Amino acid sequence: MLKRLISLFLLCYLPASFAYLEIEITQGVDSAIPVAVVPFAGTESLPKDLNVSDIIQNDLRRSGEFKIFSEKDMAQKPSDSNEVEFAYWRNLSQEALVIGEVLPMAGNRYQVKFSLYDLFTQAGTANPSPILVREFVIDAKQLRHLAHHISDLIYEKLTGFPGAFSTRIAYVALSWNNGKPGQYRLDVADADGFNPQTILRSNEPIMSPTWSPDGKQLAYVSFEKHRAQIYIADVATGQRKLVSSAPGINGAPAFSPDGRKLALVLSHANVPKIFILDLSNDKLTQVTQGSSIDTEPFWLDANHLIFTSNRSGQPQIYKVNLNNKKVDRMTFTGEYNARASVTPNGEYMVMIHGNKGRYHIAAQNLRNNHILILTQTSMDESPSLAPNGRMIIYGTVNKNKRVLSAVSIDGRVKLLIPTQEGDVQEPAWSPKLM
Amino acid sequence: MKLNTWVKLTTLAIAAVAMVGCSKPKDDENNVSVDDESSISGAGSYSSFTGGEMTAEEAETLRQQRVFYFAYDSSTLPPEDLRAIEAHAYYLVHHPNARVRVEGHTDSRGSREYNIALGERRAQAVARVLYLAGVENHQVAVVSYGAEKPAVQGMNEEAWRYNRRAEIVYEAE
Repeated sequence: MLKRLISLFLLCYLPASFAYLEIEITQGVDSAIPVAVVPFAGTESLPKDLNVSDIIQNDLRRSGEFKIFSEKDMAQKPSDSNEVEFAYWRNLSQEALVIGEVLPMAGNRYQVKFSLYDLFTQAGTANPSPILVREFVIDAKQLRHLAHHISDLIYEKLTGFPGAFSTRIAYVALSWNNGKPGQYRLDVADADGFNPQTILRSNEPIMSPTWSPDGKQLAYVSFEKHRAQIYIADVATGQRKLVSSAPGINGAPAFSPDGRKLALVLSHANVPKIFILDLSNDKLTQVTQGSSIDTEPFWLDANHLIFTSNRSGQPQIYKVNLNNKKVDRMTFTGEYNARASVTPNGEYMVMIHGNKGRYHIAAQNLRNNHILILTQTSMDESPSLAPNGRMIIYGTVNKNKRVLSAVSIDGRVKLLIPTQEGDVQEPAWSPKLM
Repeated sequence: MKLNTWVKLTTLAIAAVAMVGCSKPKDDENNVSVDDESSISGAGSYSSFTGGEMTAEEAETLRQQRVFYFAYDSSTLPPEDLRAIEAHAYYLVHHPNARVRVEGHTDSRGSREYNIALGERRAQAVARVLYLAGVENHQVAVVSYGAEKPAVQGMNEEAWRYNRRAEIVYEAE
């Protein structure tokens, strides 16, 4: 198997208070598509963190699905279609070529153009036309997000799947103080680890961050009052509202697909059950009944939830129909299956899969219920799917610290995101933000 | 209050108390792991202790133990811990304004949310002993932290043993 170790020091200049995130591709795909992203004309005068073509290269490389041709080895650096000598790139076995330019305009604005060429399927054409051409006019501060958007467009054109680069990751960071938990933080960073921002700091645990479908709000659980309470925060401002503070458990919030309801876990009657809170009128409806532990609701669609329950003895995944409350068991393989979510196309269910005290991330093919164990590490937790269903970010342990890691839905691509200090845990991948 | 006589205890007795308070969690192999149903029936064995007399001094001594450890995947209290929890009950019954938070904790393996549920069972096992001994509901808050607030840092059996616990924390004494 092809093993690569590429360190991308993306964020070296960040303030010291933020963990700087470095992403290592620990395993890539043998069949990664060779792509040349020529440095865009005009980027040499931009600050490094706004270098559009650099950001695109890093995005595509980080997906594990592309092999990015080294800039240093480029004898030609065209930025206009007239300058492209296709034979040169074909001789280098490149299957796709990206060229572009960034032109400064008045008022700290920029015009950004790019073209994508397919050299593989159009191998017989001497001078192929670009398969994608786009032009944007934006503010300087939008350059980074525009680069991610361009990466999304290129990714979709070349793989057939929407990109997930215009996204963010929420996670909980924990610093230790003389062997005891010190400070907990709820942070949100761009999906490439850039620009981490703290939404909440507390000396008591924070857990269960989850995004609203529009990516504008985060629900989370905070123990700051020495009780579990669920808040919904506006991501942009951090302003928040207390939505659940019942005696016992207030946990595992999950927004409905329309964002109007919140599934959550309450233990009113001394046993955790799943409820739905209507956010418009605070009306609470109990979904599951009985004496078993029911937790970790995930919305399959407006009318179905999947959840973890120990009603058969050990935790397994079940599906409940919200209209008739009928419950069906979903998992039959393994002694411990928990925290399930399903890809947008409904093909795979991703979950924590445990056997004999070892907990891995696994994907269950929902057509044949075959389970593929995606990770070899044994303390994996909180799998969270990218909005395109192609990657899963999750928490694991590396060198005795909790870190984030990512794996592709087929297990072929693996990324590690080591941290400098403390633990980083419970990642939640945002919906597409652009 | 009658209970304040405990301060006259000899330093030797206090040393003994300190040792009780720091008692180590039992090894896994010494505790039988049980399923949910038997953990509920486990609270029934408490009734054999309810007839026991407890003096204020004894209660105050036993009350120094505020952490109770559990076997892997179990919410059954070791029988030898019941007297100490009963001592907290004694105090709470005699101090109607006192309030405790019973915290349930798990080790860090598995699903965080599921661990919240398991931690709650541990806290409930302790709270149940308090209620049975006559403590009022409003004096006790059951809070599960799951794996989120470990007592000991580490990713090994030793750390996990100290983290599978329930703690009685006085919010008003």
